[in-house]
Amino acid sequence: MRSLFAALSGGVFGLGLLLSGMTDTVKVQGWLDVFGTWDPTLAFVMGGAILPMALAWRLTSGRTPALGGAFPAKPEQKIDRNLVIGSVLFGLGWGLAGLCPGPSVASLAFGGIGGVAFFLAMLVGMRIAPMVRTRLDAAFSAV
Amino acid sequence: MQQDWLWGLAGGGLIGIAGAIYLLVNGRIMGASGILGGLVDGSAGTQARERVWFLAGLFGVPTLASLFMAAPDTHVTSNLWVIVAAGLLVGVGTRFANGCTSGHGVCGISRLSWRGIVATVFYIGAGGVSVVLFRHLLGWI
Repeated sequence: MRSLFAALSGGVFGLGLLLSGMTDTVKVQGWLDVFGTWDPTLAFVMGGAILPMALAWRLTSGRTPALGGAFPAKPEQKIDRNLVIGSVLFGLGWGLAGLCPGPSVASLAFGGIGGVAFFLAMLVGMRIAPMVRTRLDAAFSAV
Repeated sequence: MQQDWLWGLAGGGLIGIAGAIYLLVNGRIMGASGILGGLVDGSAGTQARERVWFLAGLFGVPTLASLFMAAPDTHVTSNLWVIVAAGLLVGVGTRFANGCTSGHGVCGISRLSWRGIVATVFYIGAGGVSVVLFRHLLGWI
């Protein structure tokens, strides 16, 4: 059952990304490009996604997930160096290619060689991230 | 196109419903980078199975849908250096920050998570800087 609903969720997510135009890098870069022909679509996608999600969070109070377990606790609300550095690095790559992890998977079959190359490079980045973090921590503590 | 915002809103609604299913039924946060990253670095553990199924849906449904619509163009740059650099940045960055557009943006902001809001401000800001720098100043993209 867990697998079934995970696949359903992933499928609806993918369909939403495709229909909203978020697998098109021109639309994503258009949103980020305030000095070019600005494209507001991404804001509508975000807004449209946050509404049902906010409702879902409300429904979690006093309940447990339908398939058992517990809802994820709110992580410690600490703004640390990794959150800021990571988000800046992610944003730079996002602007450069117009792709983020979700749409990269969703468009893998029709994104051509560029889409596949991005996906593979992203996996390598995820794999080496712990090592990069160790080095960065060492560099910061040396300062 | 003029109806782009409408498609954006409708598609966004589906994304939110997908996140709601994953949360209310499976009890998990629908964050693409976390789901993928945990499989890549082996931290997914017992969650590996459902994560693989999530990714199968995320890959399979748009692939099937694309067969029935006008071939969707992703307009990905053909410059492999740019694409590889971008992929590495996105991979390392999302693992550092513990989330991306879906995890921090959709799931985080909707529960008013301060970390999600701060992350979103920084990645959208950096994305804007990135486009200005690489498109308008350097002309790479």
